[in-house]
Amino acid sequence: MIRLNVNGRDVDADVEEDTPLLWVLRDTLGLTGTKYGCGKALCGACTVHLNGAPVRSCVTPVSAVGEQRITTIEGLAPNRSHPVQQAWVELDVPQCGYCQSGQIMSAAALLAQKPVPTDQDIDAAMAGNICRCGTYSRIRAAIHRAARLETEKTSAA
Amino acid sequence: MSLARRDFLKRSAMLSGGLILALNLPGCSKPSDITSSGQPVDVNAWLRIGPDNSITFFCDRSEMGQGVYTALPMLLAEELGVALHRIKVEFAPPGLVYTNNLLGTQITGGSTSVRDAWEKLRKAGAQARAMLVAAAASSWGVAPANCKVEDGTIISPHRKMLTFGQVAEAAAKLPVPEHVTLTNPAAFKIIGTPAKRLDTPLKVDGRAQYGIDVRLPDMLYAALAQPPTLGGKVKRFDDTAAKSLPGYKATVQTSSGIAVVADSWYRARKARDAVKIEWDSGPNASLNDAAILRGLQRAAASDGKVARQDGDANAALKSAAKVLTRQYTLPMLAHATLEPQNCTADVRADRCDLYVPTQIQLVAQAVAAKAAGLTPEQVNVHTTFLGGGFGRRLDVDFIPAAVEASKAVGKPVKVLWTREDDTTHDTYRPPAHDVVSGGLDKDGRLTAFRLHLVGPSVTARMFPAAVEKSIDPFAIEAAANYPYDVPNVLVDYVQHEIGIDVGYMRSVSHALNCFVVETFMDDLAIEVRRDPVEFRMGLLEKQPRYREVLRLATREARYGSPPKGRFQGVALMEGYGTYMAQVAEISIVDGKVKVHRITCALDCGLVVNPDTVMAQVEGSIVLGLTSTLWGEINLRNGRVQQANFDSYRLARMTEVPKVDTHIVSSNEAPGGIGEPAVALVAPAVCNAVYMATGRRLLSLPLTRHRLA
Repeated sequence: MIRLNVNGRDVDADVEEDTPLLWVLRDTLGLTGTKYGCGKALCGACTVHLNGAPVRSCVTPVSAVGEQRITTIEGLAPNRSHPVQQAWVELDVPQCGYCQSGQIMSAAALLAQKPVPTDQDIDAAMAGNICRCGTYSRIRAAIHRAARLETEKTSAA
Repeated sequence: MSLARRDFLKRSAMLSGGLILALNLPGCSKPSDITSSGQPVDVNAWLRIGPDNSITFFCDRSEMGQGVYTALPMLLAEELGVALHRIKVEFAPPGLVYTNNLLGTQITGGSTSVRDAWEKLRKAGAQARAMLVAAAASSWGVAPANCKVEDGTIISPHRKMLTFGQVAEAAAKLPVPEHVTLTNPAAFKIIGTPAKRLDTPLKVDGRAQYGIDVRLPDMLYAALAQPPTLGGKVKRFDDTAAKSLPGYKATVQTSSGIAVVADSWYRARKARDAVKIEWDSGPNASLNDAAILRGLQRAAASDGKVARQDGDANAALKSAAKVLTRQYTLPMLAHATLEPQNCTADVRADRCDLYVPTQIQLVAQAVAAKAAGLTPEQVNVHTTFLGGGFGRRLDVDFIPAAVEASKAVGKPVKVLWTREDDTTHDTYRPPAHDVVSGGLDKDGRLTAFRLHLVGPSVTARMFPAAVEKSIDPFAIEAAANYPYDVPNVLVDYVQHEIGIDVGYMRSVSHALNCFVVETFMDDLAIEVRRDPVEFRMGLLEKQPRYREVLRLATREARYGSPPKGRFQGVALMEGYGTYMAQVAEISIVDGKVKVHRITCALDCGLVVNPDTVMAQVEGSIVLGLTSTLWGEINLRNGRVQQANFDSYRLARMTEVPKVDTHIVSSNEAPGGIGEPAVALVAPAVCNAVYMATGRRLLSLPLTRHRLA
């Protein structure tokens, strides 16, 4: 039995140690917002946060998580209130949407590190997230927009 | 839908726990002869109205990112008279009423959804509105023509109000009016606006359910071992090692391969990998790229079925002052939907529930029924969101194994393919080997154009009745409609099968044929020392819609004066009722092609949602560019050599050009936009490559030429 902290709650999972975190989240815990695209950390659809840092859950064995706080797309913010989610809605970023949980988690982690990212920062942070529908230009614009939303909020406060 | 009639007051009593309430909403009259049982009403096949005035749209097309989930409700809402954001969307079940009239079954593909629904859904909305107003007007004793509709509320000339929900039941009993007046496009309030997508909120917080996400009580999971050689079969298997693994439930020999069932997918996959399987390699054991190409080249010697014939191209070529002939070779491509193929089946004695990301509901239903030993009526198909379609989900090869596994174990089973399964067991975009010739007279005028298309036919496999007596219409796109004013034109097609299944992939034969036609047009222009755009314009005098998009694209791209070190190439096409031109702007950096910018001008007739049009063009261009730069599926000994995204490369954020899209304002009938932009990227880019390098590329991808 492995104990995990997921979206602020402690849960127990009866799984083998080598089970990738992705499948524990999806099949054992029923959190299907995190997606399977490749299983080899090539596409980024499985991105979650461990203590706020982005990881590819498809290659993270559950035994490696320990006490780190896991955040999935479901736990990022209540009611789509995260600035990244707000910007995504404002610009209607998703098409099929399958990659977007991973895109949002990568983008949120970027903004937590770099509140006003440059295009090069965005390139570096987002190059690992594939979008087969090709929404890249909107993803980039939405990240800039999310950064502005955050700074507007902070300066208003 | 028949409803039990219940007294409205009794219903109120139930709601209020025994107290009889006269529901007196301010401004709303209590109608004397409108009763409601309190049940939702299916006013027609697409529209359900709840007593609380909730509006549900049954979306009969699959949402794979192209935006039907929003565009189709927009059509209905415009005529029905409700605000778009109030509409809740559900996916429709299989049904003949949901037939796509342009294609002949319930199918999402061919960029037809909006075109098919354009009249149909607006009429359905207008008819429903007329019936709702008639019911309200009747209860008031006024003429329907004197009533107004505002966002789901009917207002009488005396300012009495009734909601759609209050009169839906009475309205549904009225005859459906044959003749309704549709809104004049000049008066559209919803159609033509960049309305916010209805599925976006679901897609930014993990709620959107794709096929892979379906969870049912008691559900088991299966991983599927398919023959490594395409067309192979299971000879024997030994699952001893799998049986002792945690969570293992069963091994099922299905018609698609060995399905190993467990209580989670990771356990199922581990168990599958522990099964020793001996395969019969089947008929394709020695099939490879070279053999496929040789077969296509040999087939090119045959006469094809004529797709287009003006004048006598063969004679004109014989007497031409100069003849240019080129042979083109195009590879197979994988669809690479980011959500791998999957299907969940729950088979019982007398019914089957199928949960599947399908683009073709009635066929899915029939295939599941056959696999389950049931009738189609006994199969409920629940379409989910699709994590990409691109035509892959028009095939139903991923359905039978789930049905067979569920039937075998007596529980719901979800079969999920790995990425490797998916890449190696696709129904690939067909390869092609085409021969094209152009004849020029002594003044450099193009007098003859002959295009000899050679390749396998998807339609012959999937819809054989359609090609029994006629040429495959999906093999001759962007070829049979050759637009240039040339007196002698011959386009023909040789169907040559290559031994494996090929499938429809976004833009289908447009991508193959536009590459040939448009790079060859440049080839001819350069042969007679003319600018490629000016050369084309001279041959488009009778084609104003082509001319307009070419003019617009070249103007916006500043064609003819690219920035220093950059080169431009153009491509032009009509497909799906949409006219489109693209200008690619590239440079050569470290011997590799860098695409900086693509300018696209398009005329798709009346636009339903301009924001979706922009998104489809941007996305199509990324897909088209991926294919142009790297897209190639190789076969060796009957096995596909690519497996995951390290060997089948997809474009990333850092690799996409700036895209500028310009939409021609038009009142023509809507054209499709999901696919056409894919097809122009390769020719526009390769025409620019010629300008940069002097190299005329007759095959793709660019990696073959060490330019990518």
